[in-house]
Amino acid sequence: MSGLGIRNQKDFYSGLLFILFGAAFMWIAQDYTFGTARRMGPAFFPIILSGILIAIGIAIAVRGVAVADEPMRGFTLKGLVLVIIGTLLFGFLVRSAGVPIATATLVAVAAYASRRFNWKPTLVLAIGMAIFCTVVFIYALGLPMPVRGPWLGG
Amino acid sequence: MELLANLSIGIEAAFTPLNLLYCLGGVFVGTLIGVLPGLGPTATIAMLLPVTFGLPPVSALIMLAGIYYGAQYGGSTTAILINLPGESSSVVTALDGYQMARQGRAGLALSTAALGSFFAGTVATFLLALFAPPLAEIALKFGPAEYFSLMVMGLVASVVLAHGSLIKAIAMILLGLLLGLVGTDVTSGTPRFTFDIPELADGINFVIVAMGMFGLGEIIRNLENEETRDVFSRKITGLLPTWKDIKSITAPVLRGTALGSALGILPGGGAMLSSFAAYSLEKKISKNSKNFGKGAIEGVAAPESANNAGAQTSFIPMLTLGIPSNPVMALMIGAMIIQGIQPGPQVMTEQPGLFWGIIVSMWVGNFFLVVLNLPMIGLWVRMLTVPYHLLYPAILVFCAIGVFSLNNSTFDVYLMALFGILGYVLSKLDCEPAPLLLGFILGPMMEEYLRRAMVLSRGDPMVFVERPISATMLGLALIGLIVVLLPSIRKKREEAFTEEG
Repeated sequence: MSGLGIRNQKDFYSGLLFILFGAAFMWIAQDYTFGTARRMGPAFFPIILSGILIAIGIAIAVRGVAVADEPMRGFTLKGLVLVIIGTLLFGFLVRSAGVPIATATLVAVAAYASRRFNWKPTLVLAIGMAIFCTVVFIYALGLPMPVRGPWLGG
Repeated sequence: MELLANLSIGIEAAFTPLNLLYCLGGVFVGTLIGVLPGLGPTATIAMLLPVTFGLPPVSALIMLAGIYYGAQYGGSTTAILINLPGESSSVVTALDGYQMARQGRAGLALSTAALGSFFAGTVATFLLALFAPPLAEIALKFGPAEYFSLMVMGLVASVVLAHGSLIKAIAMILLGLLLGLVGTDVTSGTPRFTFDIPELADGINFVIVAMGMFGLGEIIRNLENEETRDVFSRKITGLLPTWKDIKSITAPVLRGTALGSALGILPGGGAMLSSFAAYSLEKKISKNSKNFGKGAIEGVAAPESANNAGAQTSFIPMLTLGIPSNPVMALMIGAMIIQGIQPGPQVMTEQPGLFWGIIVSMWVGNFFLVVLNLPMIGLWVRMLTVPYHLLYPAILVFCAIGVFSLNNSTFDVYLMALFGILGYVLSKLDCEPAPLLLGFILGPMMEEYLRRAMVLSRGDPMVFVERPISATMLGLALIGLIVVLLPSIRKKREEAFTEEG
């Protein structure tokens, strides 16, 4: 790419991300009392920090336009999505269906992200982890987590 | 002999059967997880933190410290046996260690690493016992202005001495500081950045941030290219070094220990910088330097001693000042806060049993490492063969249950997922998660000290440069930044972290 353009995606997008975060924190902090240097309000420190963050974010983004670097590679959308969905499902299921079901679901969904996924060992792992976690965390360590949630009549 | 009196307090605290057991357990679990692929010490400690919440403070911290150096030693084992450093501080160990293993001298490399680490750990423990009290005494005189400047210096130094882009690391610190402010403001009672979500009123638990960014983030990164691990099937023999071996490693171990101890104290220093520096130094001055990279025993002895010494002395700023010098220490501080201990110089005087108990337990832990690891090497080798695609779903489950058990809150699990996304995306953009975690822990403390300093000075910001200690620390931070931004030194810094033999 010649002329003006994004020559370093990693710098440009990270700079943009920092600007966004800084702006969000600053915008929300507007609602709090700023106070004075002597009696700092709850907005004082966050606004200073987010101001610096925005400035640095701009500097990084500008560098992303000016200085070339190798592009980002190897991004795994499949891995990201499955790991996150598995975790969210665990959170969703752990109360309503109980620890064993939530554990087995997380294992199954996450394992599918691997290139070497195979349903047989995954099934064994899912059941094994469900039993192991129930025995160790609930029965042995006594953590107050449900074995059977309301969905299963618990 | 005040030192002996102090150490005997520590021995009393550490040598209870229960604490010895927790120390042994920590070292064992730490090594076990350190040997497993894809989990560094930070993620390991974050994952196991909830397990220690129910323990008394001394036992909890002894166990966590044990996990830390256990994980470190486990990382060296994988570096030597299969050329896969379990964590950044054993990257240089892999250079010569793996070559030794290929020449059939794996046993010798492993015992060199263990003995070097043990020696370094012993020396560093004494240094810790020697230097911590005077440092804590100085720190007790610090006012809020000094503390604020100290934290600024610590944060700046942690990025100057770490690898990667400096400006991005500073941005990550700022983001961490801001995220640390989420929750109810202590002074005014205003809930900040909580979006009226009740779970956020007490702030974000640091375990959630650490597990999301280090645990989930690392797993997703590992899924990008799943490497096949060479299965190490050879039997390991020749664990005991000969006299000739001992003679050739004595000087490198001594130099590594000295260098590692010094660098470990620096904020941002710790194990990784120590091992890189020790390897470079040894390569320059060793008589055997032409064999470096081809299986030189000195190339294992020096960095392994240095990283253990550095790991140990990085406890000095943590225990005396309450300042974390690396993400692992940030987690230790978080663990202390959860246990109801405010980290800082007063810990030594108010809780001598805890303070000296941890120090003595470090030596005990290092001793356990030697007696545990050399005989159990067969088990560790077998652990190496656990395939990653069966391992990471299990790690995820432990992270999820660990976070859920903090408050029995499903919201925390969702939040961890969010930090997992953030951690992965940021790391893809070449932004390391470690500075964010340091900022996150220090955020509320920094604001508090800034506030107090400004109240005392009646709103005059000059207080930070008028008080000599505070001014010195801010000056050092500024010099650090300028030095790294100088083009010639920047190049050197990049070279220092890309030592590939």
